[in-house]
This record gives sequence, structure tokens and C-alpha cells, in this order.
Amino acid sequence: MSSISHKTILQNWRQSPWWRFFNEFGESRLAVLGLLIFLVLMVSALFAPWITPQNPYDLAQLDIMENMSPPLSESYSIGSYWLGSDDQGRDMLSAIIYGLRMSLGVAATATFLALAIGTAIGILAAYFGGRVDSIIMRLVDLQLSFPAILVALILLAVLGKGVDKVVIALVTVQWAYYARTVRGSALVERRREYIEAAQCLALSHPRIVFMHLLPNCLPPLIVVATIQVANSIALEATLSFLGVGVPITEPSLGLLIANGYGYMLSGKYWIAFYPGIALLIAIIAINLVGDQLRDILNPRLRR
Amino acid sequence: MTRPILSLQKISKRFAKELDLAEQIAKKMGAQVQEEVVHAVSEVSFHVNRGEVVGLVGESGCGKSTLGRIVAGLLQPSEGSIQFDGKDLQQLSGSEARKAALSVQMIFQDPMSSLNSRKRVLDIVGEAPVVHGLIPRSQIVDYVVNLLGKVGLDPETRNRYPHQFSGGQRQRIGIARALAVQPKFLVCDESVAALDVSIQAQVLNLFMDLREEFNLTYLFISHDLGVVEHLSDRVLIMYLGRVVEQVPTGQLFSKGPNHPYASALLEEVPRLNNRRRSFRPITGEIPSPLNPPTGCHFHPRCPHASERCGNETPLLKEIASQHFSACHLNDG
Amino acid sequence: MASDPVLSVEDLKTHFFTKAGVARAVDGVSFQVNRGEVLGLVGESGSGKTVTGFSILGLVDPPGQITGGSIRFMGQELVGLSEENWRNIRGRRIAMIFQDPMMTLNPVLRIDTQMMEAVQAHESVTKAQAFERSRDALGLVGIPSPEERLRAYPHQFSGGMRQRVAIAIALLHRPELIIADEPTTALDVTIQAQILFEVQKLCAENGTALVWVTHDLAVVAGLAHQICVMYAGRIVEQGLTDEVLDQPYHPYTAGLIGSIPSHNQRGSRLNQIPGMTPSLLNLPSGCAFEGRCPKATGDCKAQGPLMREVAPSRNLRCFNPLMHSEASHD
Repeated sequence: MSSISHKTILQNWRQSPWWRFFNEFGESRLAVLGLLIFLVLMVSALFAPWITPQNPYDLAQLDIMENMSPPLSESYSIGSYWLGSDDQGRDMLSAIIYGLRMSLGVAATATFLALAIGTAIGILAAYFGGRVDSIIMRLVDLQLSFPAILVALILLAVLGKGVDKVVIALVTVQWAYYARTVRGSALVERRREYIEAAQCLALSHPRIVFMHLLPNCLPPLIVVATIQVANSIALEATLSFLGVGVPITEPSLGLLIANGYGYMLSGKYWIAFYPGIALLIAIIAINLVGDQLRDILNPRLRR
Repeated sequence: MTRPILSLQKISKRFAKELDLAEQIAKKMGAQVQEEVVHAVSEVSFHVNRGEVVGLVGESGCGKSTLGRIVAGLLQPSEGSIQFDGKDLQQLSGSEARKAALSVQMIFQDPMSSLNSRKRVLDIVGEAPVVHGLIPRSQIVDYVVNLLGKVGLDPETRNRYPHQFSGGQRQRIGIARALAVQPKFLVCDESVAALDVSIQAQVLNLFMDLREEFNLTYLFISHDLGVVEHLSDRVLIMYLGRVVEQVPTGQLFSKGPNHPYASALLEEVPRLNNRRRSFRPITGEIPSPLNPPTGCHFHPRCPHASERCGNETPLLKEIASQHFSACHLNDG
Repeated sequence: MASDPVLSVEDLKTHFFTKAGVARAVDGVSFQVNRGEVLGLVGESGSGKTVTGFSILGLVDPPGQITGGSIRFMGQELVGLSEENWRNIRGRRIAMIFQDPMMTLNPVLRIDTQMMEAVQAHESVTKAQAFERSRDALGLVGIPSPEERLRAYPHQFSGGMRQRVAIAIALLHRPELIIADEPTTALDVTIQAQILFEVQKLCAENGTALVWVTHDLAVVAGLAHQICVMYAGRIVEQGLTDEVLDQPYHPYTAGLIGSIPSHNQRGSRLNQIPGMTPSLLNLPSGCAFEGRCPKATGDCKAQGPLMREVAPSRNLRCFNPLMHSEASHD
């Protein structure tokens, strides 16, 4: 029995799918930029309580006398309102970071759940085919033929307000994309010879589906999931803007924009404008990452 | 007289594209909508003796791949029965069925897609024996290393991924994977078709060595008559789902083929020693299996066809010792 | 004058400049094809035979490019030719047939549309005339009821028929040279035989020069007048078909012939060439075949042998060619 040297282990790891994946991703500077921006946003959102100048939802920290201050104005309590303050005296920068936290949190949770549910359903449809496949796909078609906003609004009208309700609405609206995507690639992969080999080796169905089929269907799923995070952020922002999304006590970027919308015309643009910019940056960054992912995971573009 | 290890009786396989709801309604209303049925394999019967190499030859649409998959247990026949090692495969269940399934393994055609690109060689080869309890998990490395050596691969490569290997090496990994479950019978479905000539020779030699070492029996499916002739003890020639000729390989050369299709096939295979001859091919396209000709499937292209050939399907009859042919011309 | 070669390739070099290094896909290839002659360019994967074919037609895309040598077609230099001049030559005077006919045929257009487009691209004829030409071309390659078939789409044809259509398109303008890249590899034996028959007949009738790229020695045995055996981007042996196949001098050629099952005694172990083709990114400085060669010596490792003419019309790139007695195989 021969042992394998450390060098070979490193070499082999370099050939593993993950390493090659990261390497190829790094080829697009724009995408790396997008990823960095996204990471910055994510870290800020995670550590919001520690890095923001004030907690804008702690009423004790607010100074109503300093409301509507324009950006870069001085403050007695926190040094400076970098991005101005809103009608309640909340520091916009802090509010935006907390808002990001809510937006990203909701989007990530919804995407994760929709991914899990949609993938499970889609892969079962593809593996078993026949009636099961037909029924599931008709459900998917039904789901996708309704505009997302409409379904979400109706659901929220029924379920009421709350962060968890918003997540439920987002998941309901999005699971179908994953189901359809994974079904497509699973149908292709199912016919491949390595699956036939696994069947020939009398491996059990669950094993074949989850350990052979699923890992090979991941590439398009990763792309869809990334883009859907951005979509979730936008959708949640819309819902909150319309007033049916997250509650006012834990606003997301959308709600912040709604809040400041009325002040736009009176010159106090910063209350809506900066949250809007933050939203834009988040969505663009995620889309840049998603674009590069799509390119490197697209088999036809492989060199 | 030993019992054959594999025996097929009147195996048929049909693939039908079922009518969906709209078409069913249309049919009920009198529209000319038919179910599309492909007769991939029609009433094939043959047997394989232990230790034999039986070659299965034919062109596109002849059903050889389908038949191979039926033997390997990947497809269920529409009709007919198969016995492996004396047991009727379709009657088995549970652990007996599993044992029978593991006894017949398949080596696939495409070295690129026959291996799971996300798994390492160690896992590809070692997964099944561990899952089925043939070896304890602690011994997986030793077991796989041993197998890799037997198929001519460097054991150091066991932690590599498929894309790091060449086509010929991937085929070897596929062979190791099949051998890992200790089969008695291997179905090789065009296993060397995608390989370069010099690599093909290496893999064919490997097949011959393994046959000796593990006492294996092969069903060797190929469109390449040269390869089949070299390796097989007996040859079955298929055309559009039927076996048209069955003959020991030696006799195929000494006496020549009997069936007109087999003759054409043999004659039209390019050979190194046929220099700038003028090709005299048989005319016509291979018919679609969706719409096979009546009677003898070959009659539209056969230079000796008669009226009887278009009406009556010829049966596979023994025309000499162990030599079977399905042609009306043999009936005197 | 029949003596001027239709195609004259001299010291052609096509290299691919990839991230992983420079792949010397074609590294000094020379041959000539005369009018009405068939040249078999034989090699396995990685030998550079396909890239040679593409280089002749100027179809090498970045990161690959022709880095040296000359390709003269009827006396005209093709290397460095402008795209405008290429338009007159490609499809009209030099045609190409690919392994996959769907590389020639557009799946969303009918056959008549595509063929008539091909005709009218190079000649100003009326639509009716173009239609007739197309119909006649289909008839020439053995497609029954061509008038009806013209109105079909590619997916309605079988693989063999599609290849015939691709050949018909190649022959539309009676080109002086055809490059065929493994056109029958994916086809059944009986269909392959038909296509070889058609191609042979058409080339003989029209005096078209043909370069047939393949890995199948048996096919060129029946078709070609001369053979070039390629290995790792270079031609290692070249000569008249009969001479090369009956008496190969290069150990690789002999090894290839020996690997063919029908050339061995039935049931015996095949003469296999050990090892694998070297990676084109990492070719050794000496002879590329040295690691697998039964006749390799120290010289072979030190430097690569040059192409020499060892007999009239017989070229060889080897320090230790097979002697007469070793080469024959019966």
C-alpha cells in the first residue's frame, strides 16, 4: 500500500470541482468586484448592531430635533449624519444598513427554502417521470403563469403582515423556477451512462437521485438561485413599498424608500434616494456574480 | 453438457409512445392517430455458455444495444423470458434479484459520460462493493488499489477525477467499477468504439486477459465486425430487431456467411488488404424501426429477394452444425 | 498542366496559444496532392490531422493560428489570404465535408433553401437555375426522388442521407479540391460503403483532388493513392498506399497496422502500442514517439528526426526504421 504525498493531495484538491470553479470565476474582474461588493454588504448587514453609528429603531437614541438633516450635517449625538436623517431623526446610514440586513435576510431565507423545496419536487418529477412528472409540471406551469407580485399580494392579504409571512409568500412564488430548472437538467442527466451504470450496480433509488443525479444538476440551479436572490430583494422591496411587506418596526430597504418617497418633491431627497441606491447596488452586485456564474457553468461556452 | 449461463427465449422489446389526452380524444373522434411503436427487438432467442465470448453485430436500429441492456437488467423485455445461471430473472425478488443484478455488469460506450464527473476514482469504483456489503468500508482503499492494478491503472491516481484521465483510461476505470462487484458476466456495449485504434488494442487485450483471470463470460456488442471477429467464439448478426444469422466465428471465415445481409456486411467492411477496389455496395437505406418492411426485414435491399420474402418472416433455422440463418433461400 | 499539384503544403505550422501553454497542433507538415488524386491523412486523436484540414481552409480560430509554412492552392498562396479573397475560394474552388453533417446544414432551413443559397453565393443564376443545379447535385449523390427531398428539412433525413446532402453541397461548384474530415466515421458500414462509392466515382469523373482525413487505415486503403501518417503534429511516414501498408518503415505505422484486429491472428493478443500520445502542450524535444517505440535508441531522445526521402515518393521521419523482414506481417 503506497501513501500519497502531501503535494499530490494538494494537486488533487486543485483538480476538485470546487477549486476549478473558483478559479474560473475569478477570470472576470467585474464579477469579482460584484462578489466583493456583495460580501461587504453582507458583512455590514450581519454586523449591523456593532458597526452602525446608532440603532435607528431604538427610540431613545433618536433626536427628533435633528430630523431631516441633509447629508454630512453635524450631529450632537453621533458625530455626523453621513447620509442625512429622516423625518424621525433616524440616521440614514444606520437605517440603510439595518434595512439591508432585513432585505438580505428575507431574500436569503426565501431563496434557500424555495431552492430546497423546488429542487426536491423537480428532481422527483424527473426521476419518476410519467404521471408524477405531468402533474408536477402542470402545477409548475400554473404557478409560473401568474405574475409574482399578484400572487404575493393575494397571499399577504390573506396571511397578514409579518416577516415570516413575507418569506412564505416569496417561497410560494419562487419554488417553481427551481423545480423547472432542475427537472430540465435532471431529465438530461438521467439518460447519461453513469446513471445507467449506477442502476446496473443495483444502487438504491434515493442513493442514485441524491448522490449521483443531484450533484450533476447543480450548475444551472446555482445560477438561478443567485439571480433569484436579487429578484427576492426586489420583490420584497416592492411589497414593502406597497405597505404589505415587513412591519415598520423592522423596515427593509423597500420600506425605507416608501417612507421617504413623500419627501422627494420637497427637496429632502436623501430619505428615499440613498436607500434606493443601496438597493440598486445590492441587486447589481448579485447580478454580476450571477452572470459570471452562468457563463462559467454553461457547457456550451466551455473552451 | 453444462447448462448455459445465460439463456433468452423469444425476447421482444417494444417502445411505445403513448397517446396523450388530446390524441386519445382525437382518436375517439375518428382521426387517424396511431400509437407509435418501435419494435426494437423481435423474438430473439439465444444462449451463452460459461466462459464464451458471444459477439453481437449490427448497424443502427438493429436493436443490439437494447438487447444488451435487457441482458444487463437495465430494461425489462415486453415479452419472452431470460434465465441467468438457471434462474428466471423476471421471477426473482429481493436479495436474489440483487445478486443476479450484480452478476451481470455492463461496460458502456462513452468514456466521457459513463463516469460520474463529480466523484473520485476511489468512490466510483469502491461505492458499490461497500454499499452491498462485499467489503467493509475500512478495506475500500486496498480493494480499489488492487482492482486498478488489474486494469492497468496507476493506483496513485485513485483520488483523481475523471476529467484528468484520457478516454482509454476512463474505460479502464469503468471496467474496474464493473469488476468491483465480482460479476460473472459482462455486457460490453460498443466499449471500444470511441477509442483510438492503438488504445482500442490495449483495451481489447485487457478484456482477453480479464476473461482468463476472472473466468468471465462476455456478450460483446459492436458495429465493428473486425473487433467482433477477433474476440468472439460465436457471432450473432442482427438486422432491425431480429437475429438473422448465428454462427461460430471460425466457420464464418472458413465457410462464409449464409444470410445475404451478413454477406453484404462482411463484404463492405473496409479491410486493410482491399486496395482501391471499386465498392459495390448494396443499395437503399436502413429502414426505420418505426416502420419496418413486412416479412423479412431485409427484403427491400436484398439482391435475391422473392415474393415470399415480402410476405413471410423467415425463421432462424439450423443450416449446419451450430450455424443458424433466417433466410427463405435456405429452404431449397 | 496535369503535373502542377492542386495543393502543395510546405512545412505548415499551426499553434494554439492557450492559457496552459502553446499546443503545437501542427508542427511542420508537408505534402502535395495532384489532380484527381486521393490523399489519406491518417492519425489518431491529437495527431493534428483535423487541424491540418482546417488550416488549409483558413478556418483556424484564435487561440490558434498558422505560425509558419505555406499552403499553395493551384499556385496561389493561402496563408495570410484576405477574407475577401477567401470568399472566392471557399465553397467554390475548395470545399469541405465534416464528420457531422449538421456542421454544414442549418437545421431550421429547408434543403432547397440552403443549396440554392450555396449556388447563388458564387454564381449569378436565376432561382430556377439554382433549383435545377441543386436537384441534379442530389441525384448525383444517389438520393432518390430529389425533387421531393429538396423540400425537406435536415432532421427528416437519416444520418447517411444528411452526409450525402453535405457532399452534394460540397460538389455544387465542381471544386478542384475537397477536404473531407472523417465524413463516414459516424455512419453504418453499409452506408459508409455507399458514400465511399459515390465519392470515389465523383472524384474520378470530375478530376477533383481529395484529402481524406481519418483514423481508419482500412478506409484509406481502399480509397487513397497516397497516405500520410501523422503523429503528434508531424507526418512520420508518407508514400503510396500500397507501399506504406505492405511495408511500413516507421514503427508507429507498423504499430497502427498491428493494432487492427483483422490483421492479427484470431484470438491472439493484439500487437498493442504501449503508452499514450504525448500531450501537445508538452512535446518532448526528441522524437515524439520515442517513449512508446520498440526501436528507440539514445539518438531518438536527444533530437527529433527530420523528414527524409528514403525512396522515390517515400518519405520517412525516423532514425531507426523497420527493416524489410520485420515490417511484413503475414
